[in-house]
Amino acid sequence: MKYIPTIGIECHVQLCTKTKLFSEVDNDARGKEPNACVSPVDYALPGMLPRLNGEAIKLAIRAGRAMNCKINASSRFDRKHYFYPDSPKGYQITQFYQPIIGAGYVELPSGTKIRIEHAHLEGDAGKLTHFDTYSLVDLNRVDTPLIEIVSMPDIHSAKDAHDYCKELWRLMCYARVTYGDLYNGNMRFDINTSLAPEGADKLGTRTEVKNLNSFRSVERAVEYEIARQTKILESGEKVVQETRGWNDATGKTTGQRSKEEAKDYRYMPEPDLPPINLSDVFIETESAKLPLMPKDYREKFKGKIADDILEILLDYPSLMKKLDEVESKFAKIISNLFASVLLSEEKSAEYLNDLPTAKDLNELAEMNEKKELSSTATKEVFLRLFDPQMKGRGAKNIAKELGLIQENDLGALEAIVDVVLAKPETKKAQEDFKAGQEKVIGFLVGQVMKESHGKANPSAVQEILRKKLS
Amino acid sequence: MKIANKKVTAERLVRDALEKAKHFSDYNIFTFLNEEGALKKAREIDEKIKRGEKVGKLAGVPYALKDNFLSPEGETTASAHILEGFKSPIMATSVKKLEDEGAIMIGRTNLDAFAHGSSTENSYFGPTLNAYDRERVAGGSSGGSAVAVALDIVEFATGTDTGGSIRQPASFNGVYGLKPTYGCISRYGVVAMASSTDCIGFFTKTPEDMDLLMSVASGRDPKDMTTLPDYYNAGDGLTDAACPSDTLQAAQAKSSRSTEHAASVKPSRIGIVKDFDNESVDKEIRLALKNKIDLLKSKGYEIVELEMPALKYALAAYYIIVPAEVASNLSRYDGVRYGFRSEKTKDLDSLYIDTRSEGFMPENKRRIMIGNFVLSSGFYDAYFLKAAKARTLIIKEYEKAFSKCDFILTPVSPNPAFKLGEKVNDPVSMYLEDVMSVSLNLAGVPGLAIPAGKTKNGLPVGLQLIGPRRSDKSLIEFSKVLNDNNEGGKN
Repeated sequence: MKYIPTIGIECHVQLCTKTKLFSEVDNDARGKEPNACVSPVDYALPGMLPRLNGEAIKLAIRAGRAMNCKINASSRFDRKHYFYPDSPKGYQITQFYQPIIGAGYVELPSGTKIRIEHAHLEGDAGKLTHFDTYSLVDLNRVDTPLIEIVSMPDIHSAKDAHDYCKELWRLMCYARVTYGDLYNGNMRFDINTSLAPEGADKLGTRTEVKNLNSFRSVERAVEYEIARQTKILESGEKVVQETRGWNDATGKTTGQRSKEEAKDYRYMPEPDLPPINLSDVFIETESAKLPLMPKDYREKFKGKIADDILEILLDYPSLMKKLDEVESKFAKIISNLFASVLLSEEKSAEYLNDLPTAKDLNELAEMNEKKELSSTATKEVFLRLFDPQMKGRGAKNIAKELGLIQENDLGALEAIVDVVLAKPETKKAQEDFKAGQEKVIGFLVGQVMKESHGKANPSAVQEILRKKLS
Repeated sequence: MKIANKKVTAERLVRDALEKAKHFSDYNIFTFLNEEGALKKAREIDEKIKRGEKVGKLAGVPYALKDNFLSPEGETTASAHILEGFKSPIMATSVKKLEDEGAIMIGRTNLDAFAHGSSTENSYFGPTLNAYDRERVAGGSSGGSAVAVALDIVEFATGTDTGGSIRQPASFNGVYGLKPTYGCISRYGVVAMASSTDCIGFFTKTPEDMDLLMSVASGRDPKDMTTLPDYYNAGDGLTDAACPSDTLQAAQAKSSRSTEHAASVKPSRIGIVKDFDNESVDKEIRLALKNKIDLLKSKGYEIVELEMPALKYALAAYYIIVPAEVASNLSRYDGVRYGFRSEKTKDLDSLYIDTRSEGFMPENKRRIMIGNFVLSSGFYDAYFLKAAKARTLIIKEYEKAFSKCDFILTPVSPNPAFKLGEKVNDPVSMYLEDVMSVSLNLAGVPGLAIPAGKTKNGLPVGLQLIGPRRSDKSLIEFSKVLNDNNEGGKN
């Protein structure tokens, strides 16, 4: 029997607000001591009250719109209760009943649309580190604003699961709502996978794999779950509804806890925060701040840039933005430089934050187009544009200073060719060429290049040589 | 109230207060006496006065702080074992406002642990005695504060009122006690009981003192998002433009609530609630109510008889909503970060179970259990949601009532102060003490307990004036009409 997999994904996105969701403490704990970014509100001193960070509301609106979602004019917060030292209040402030982001969809590069059920704002939990006889609690991450994005069960393959997560990541980065650092948990994915016989009108029993933080692990975990569940079903047994953990090293999921013992979170409206009421004007003002999104760039550059290169560059919003700024006739050459030169540089991460101006890139592309720069020279000048010592001078000046401008003046080139042809050591080659030895032309071009100190345009030289020796 | 000046020094006022506090120590009013700190501040104020510098509106006025207000002076225990040893780095907004005007805290007062109770018998430190009869309860939960004012130890005391915790002890001890409109005074830095009904208020000996304190302590606080714009001092016609607006307020569409202004009422019609004047109410309390009604009639006020059938759901709704919020708000006391931790702790489960089992009082546990029950999956709709709907009915009932009258006059509680130990083992009869006070907290309307004479046995009787939201100032003003003979304070 053939089984159809159905996958739904929940994604937690840490928002890059300056301060936390409910306090005025620094939200960016990178490189800080444990418990350095914690206010009395975050560590739940008695009598402390949450203060809602308006910036998080704005980012949530942008995130929602990036996913084509409806923004709810009225939403509110609820308390989700559980006891664990990572939760100082004994509850998490979340949006259970009325989330801020309503239904929408995400379109994958393949064109498949994955519907979004809703997305809500909530505070993150702290972190525990366990040792032999004790555990340590770090509350730096407590109440970092999160949005949790809940998809509909519209995904039916490991590849689509991968693509969906990647596209979500791109959308959130383009919308500038998160730093998007997957390694440090800025985005975390929970995947729900179930299998049902083809044609069945009911979904099968699902398992949940929590806290995946790379697209690759999402893809592998879904692949593994599909294979595992297929085997169970084919042997006539039943899949157990449970939460499973993913082990990246072994490439396997293992059972953690079953839903039967699931906690009762005793949800309750958060009485310390009034409802969030947003005017249409406010929602529209925030939505208008969304820059061009991956889908816009795909439309824009379709046919102008190779599809595979476009998909690579789409991972880097700053490159796409720059590409959009340069003259459209140069998009192709510049996209190639981005993909093949910039991204293979060791310092590429640094470079991405400090790209050359569109004017420089246009100049560079123009020199290349006019054959004033060879492709090697183009790459060299391109890299110099990131050099703090050089960049201010402009592409043209850099090329000149480095003596990389090719001689394209046919008259001048002819003179050089004549000098070379007059040299005795080229006589034999000239005769061999005339006798039909095609390969010898390379030697002659080389001689001319040498004579021109590398500035001659080799294809122009070849053309002149052919004319003279015919 | 006596305010320090060139003739009467702050140090004199504070010393007198401390002396009286010690004299009445067997009443078990204070959980902490702030001798050093209070005298130091008093001397600073006296220095300023001597130098002719400006001092605040409450310069040198000694006051008592209910022990569930956070301040760095002394331990903030909420009279609960689980907070023993807790020294707060934070000062509550309301405390800061009082201190900025020169008020001097001479001690922290006893309460039912976490303000759960109507007699102060649920305190980890034992009960406070009634100011008029040492065999009777002080009322609660703000029992210590009420008695501190009634025995004239301090000029005023702070309280919190979640279901009557200011008004009932005020009436048991013959002083004024105000539960303001919900959101009038910041809750920031006050140990939370039930967030949606908690109100900060005061005990005073006169309506004038109450008005002064309200003008100091009220107003919007960015640290408490449920606070209202500063209507108390702005009076009539305040618009939002006059209020500081932070990012989010600006982000929000103007809600009807934020455009409300102070309800300035010139009362002519006073409502009385028929259901609150029946056989179950003590005869002498009914008589006190009748006397005041007669007084009002003689002064030309119209008396309106109100039927408020929705109020019969108030107690039931209250004892669902409040325990739910209590259970939630008490979740943070887990022995991990501050306060008491059980010595038996050996793993995570026992850290929670032993710390909370040993640290909470029986009444705390009772409310935690009720609260968790009504919130648990499958019961939420049947209990919590239903109670929330009843609450809406009660809000509407008050709105309807205030379309027929300006203020309402009722008893505060069905009985005067009861005997110590009388109701400790009967939680339901203890809860029934709150039957006339809790509906105000559910509706968010202000209530002022006023002294209204004494029983034959010499026990104080209090009545409760209820007004529409934001009518606090007019309510206090109107209470002067009912004050025909100098009441308030024992001495």
